[in-house]
Amino acid sequence: MKAKHQRLILVIAALLAIIGAGLIAAWTLRNQANYFYLPEQMAAAPPSVGQAVRLGGMVRNGSIKTEADGVTVNFMVTGNTDDAIPVRYTGILPDLFIEGSGVVAEGSLGPNGVFMATNLLAKHDENYVPRELEGMGTDQAAKMAADTTIGLQ
Amino acid sequence: MIAEIGLAALWLAAALAVLQMVSGGFALRTSDGEAMNPLAIYARPAAVVQAVLAVLAFAMLLWAFAVTDLSLKLVASNSHSMKPMIYKITGTWGNHEGSMLLWVGVLALSGGLLAAFERRLPERTMGATLAVQGFVALGFYAFLLLSSNPFERLPIPATEGVGLNPLLQDIGLAIHPPTLYAGYVGLSVAFSLAMGALLTREVNPAFARVMRPWVLGAWVLLTFGITAGSYWAYYELGWGGWWFWDPVENASLMPWLAATALMHSVAVLAARDALRTWTIMLGVLAFSMSMLGTFLVRSGVLTSVHAFAVDPERGAFILGLLGLYIGGAFTIFALRAGAVSEGTRFSFSSREGALVFNNVMLSAILAIVLLGTLYPLVTEAFDVRVSVGPPYFNPAAAIFAVPMFMVMAVGPLLRWKEDKPARIQFEMLLIAAVLVAVIALVSFFGQFPLLPLLGLGLAAALAVAAMLPLRGRKLTRVPVATWGMVLAHFGVAVSLFGMACEGAFTQERLAAVAPGGTEQVGDFAVTLQSVSPVAGPNWTAIEARIAVSRNGAEPVILNPQARSFWSPSQATSESALLTRWDGQMYVVIGNQAEDGRWQLRVWWKPFVTFIWYGGLLIALGGVLAIAGRVRVDVKRRAAVKLGAARRADLDALNPASVPAE
Repeated sequence: MKAKHQRLILVIAALLAIIGAGLIAAWTLRNQANYFYLPEQMAAAPPSVGQAVRLGGMVRNGSIKTEADGVTVNFMVTGNTDDAIPVRYTGILPDLFIEGSGVVAEGSLGPNGVFMATNLLAKHDENYVPRELEGMGTDQAAKMAADTTIGLQ
Repeated sequence: MIAEIGLAALWLAAALAVLQMVSGGFALRTSDGEAMNPLAIYARPAAVVQAVLAVLAFAMLLWAFAVTDLSLKLVASNSHSMKPMIYKITGTWGNHEGSMLLWVGVLALSGGLLAAFERRLPERTMGATLAVQGFVALGFYAFLLLSSNPFERLPIPATEGVGLNPLLQDIGLAIHPPTLYAGYVGLSVAFSLAMGALLTREVNPAFARVMRPWVLGAWVLLTFGITAGSYWAYYELGWGGWWFWDPVENASLMPWLAATALMHSVAVLAARDALRTWTIMLGVLAFSMSMLGTFLVRSGVLTSVHAFAVDPERGAFILGLLGLYIGGAFTIFALRAGAVSEGTRFSFSSREGALVFNNVMLSAILAIVLLGTLYPLVTEAFDVRVSVGPPYFNPAAAIFAVPMFMVMAVGPLLRWKEDKPARIQFEMLLIAAVLVAVIALVSFFGQFPLLPLLGLGLAAALAVAAMLPLRGRKLTRVPVATWGMVLAHFGVAVSLFGMACEGAFTQERLAAVAPGGTEQVGDFAVTLQSVSPVAGPNWTAIEARIAVSRNGAEPVILNPQARSFWSPSQATSESALLTRWDGQMYVVIGNQAEDGRWQLRVWWKPFVTFIWYGGLLIALGGVLAIAGRVRVDVKRRAAVKLGAARRADLDALNPASVPAE
């Protein structure tokens, strides 16, 4: 094998591996990227059961119910329509998780239509706003989500 | 006054960077055999003096933070007079300007060290290297001085500082960013050397031997910095995780992956004179990744693409620098790579072959991490918000990591240049047997997810394989650098074992507990004795008193806290850890429920500490490799000196002797 051929094979192998990595990345990203939903979007076109997504909106007043075990909470997340998504979360609540505040729930939709949250992102301090609710731009959905953070201030 | 000295030093350093760049550039105009261009002699002193000035500027800022000089804008907005001294000092680099100054300080310092002590390279290559180093430094001086001046004064001094983010008020901040930055910047020297060698067509083993300690050093610092950062996030954030695939973490992982590949490829170049172009490309790639990391962390682009627009000047400035350096480097690479003559050939089944395979696998993992990190930024520009997390990174990276670990197990057993796999069939069978046996044994005892299961098998196989290169050798005669390799590879096995155990065997308990109540987690009985308020220098907290008893033994008291800082106002959760040789107990206290019970979250994480022990072993292996190389180098220099002296003696004894035939 000539030196030039060896270099060529090396380059081709490296390129193949990188392109392979790119394809795998693109394919997995399509399946695993965690999309952000507003309650009305989730009501209109729900993600498939078990798919990891994020749900962002406002905690409806009077909807937080703690179960008997003391660590599981159920609450409703609303947007700017009447649609509300029930959310169930087991864990330690963020410090400033209160009714009427903005929240982003990470998790997936269960078969019974309840959003099973694995993680809740809420305000940590006066400067912190969940990333998804920050400076969302001009379109209407974005405006709504920004409104939910006004309740935080 | 202090601040003005710092600012003046910074401007002077920038001017010297120009001198270093121009003077180094003149070295390129010297042709072979000719005396050095007279204008080229200023590059080395310029680099040294510049290092002194940049370090001085950083020292001035340290001083301003230590005495809390509130007339400085940076101090007023990031420090507080009532903070403990250690956090006043570490707070110097806990903000944008300060950390960029640290970056530049380390950059100048490493350039200065290179200029002062490196005498092995041809002067032309050295000149070109210093010119590139000066060019890189100049960009960052411009960034500091024009858009983020750390020494800016306030028109009216503030009466009190705003304070430092409580999450950063931790000893972790003292260790993690400086080591990581030193690692990033060490790669800048590797980059400059690679560019210098490429420009002067000096890509050869001698050049690789000059480059190697810088790559190894940067890699050791990165390894240590990532390990420290992972442990810091683990105990500070209170989420019980040790790696979140957070973009900031990825920003440090990507240069590490590139540096790992570069370190192995530079070793091949030094030992075997193969992989010339590949090494240069990895040198460019590694520093590009450090720059990208700096850009991601420092431009605000991570919080939001839109936040990037909030401070467009800074973000655009770093993006411009990034484009200039990476674009420039790849252009030079594309123009000159063809001129680098081919190195020595090797067959695929050889140690070089295995190293090349793993280099490619590392690059592929790097591509996976890079795409996953940038994807949310790209989609956000089109107003689609996604987040990419472990469900993407873990399987996608594992596709390349698993074959990499397998090749890593056998690679060091192969001979250079050409080898028959049949020669090491006993070793290969042994490694495969360990892998299969462990996986079979573990799956016999329970159902575990695929990745941790594979991890356990690979960890055992790698631990055995790491020791095999020592087989049949006299241990006292094994070179120090080889011990370094053995130790680092064993460290990978240890770390992998910790990760897999954490993934497979962690036990978690989340409950609302009334004072006096007991919960069982694994072998441990966790009793909440009491909850009481406590206060610290700049925070108040509620503190739980928790008795943890293993199998009914004498209980140990743990005190997790939920802290509220008042400047800036923020709540943090201070986890309490109980470390045993076979794992760690991790306790977090949450809110109080309406009925008076307290939320407790308790994890028992078997062997989780091995993750960081492994990281430390890997770094230590790197240190040994450097020590071994330096020792050999010193010995060689001494031998050359001795030989020269003997020859001089002989010549003096018989001046008229005829040279031996």
